[in-house]
Amino acid sequence: MKNPLESLPMTIVLGLVITVAVVVIVGAVS
Amino acid sequence: MEAEISFLFRWLHVVSGVMWIGLLWYFNFVQIPTMPKIPDELKPAVGKHIAPEALFWFRWGAMATLITGLLLAMFSGYLIDALTLSAASGYLGLGIGMWFGIIMWFNVWFIIWPNQKIALGIVDANADAKPAAARKAMLFSRTNTMLSIPMLYCMVSGQNPAAWFL
Repeated sequence: MKNPLESLPMTIVLGLVITVAVVVIVGAVS
Repeated sequence: MEAEISFLFRWLHVVSGVMWIGLLWYFNFVQIPTMPKIPDELKPAVGKHIAPEALFWFRWGAMATLITGLLLAMFSGYLIDALTLSAASGYLGLGIGMWFGIIMWFNVWFIIWPNQKIALGIVDANADAKPAAARKAMLFSRTNTMLSIPMLYCMVSGQNPAAWFL
């Protein structure tokens, strides 16, 4: 299977997913 | 005087951060996707001249960003609260961003740069090692591009405490 980080658009999507995850985590514990 | 020192280091942090992340995005948005389209006879111009120069400013930009960021947090009084991810202190979001930045700095100095030295022929290595080193450097450069998105979100979140998200 191809590494998703070989694709620049996929890299950006993953970055946005992590961003949303951080917002959820910080919102949940704050 | 503390406010002025914080302001000074915040400014230096942003300036060096632009140098670092600007070059990171240059590599990922411009150089890496363009290399396969460049005629073989022109590729040494990038590999031998542009990339080594860009990597110099890239890795030292990363170093300056880390140092000025840690000093900024120290002089502003939240270094420990942020690095220990203290939710009660209100610096959890910024702390997560700082850890993303520290991981990215580590990737630059201990994975990307050593592998780029092999890939670009700056250090001696056998020919078989070069493609593997280039791929490893590329994937960790992409990792840093991925992490730069939440990292920058966390960094600016502290300036917008009234927003409902972060």
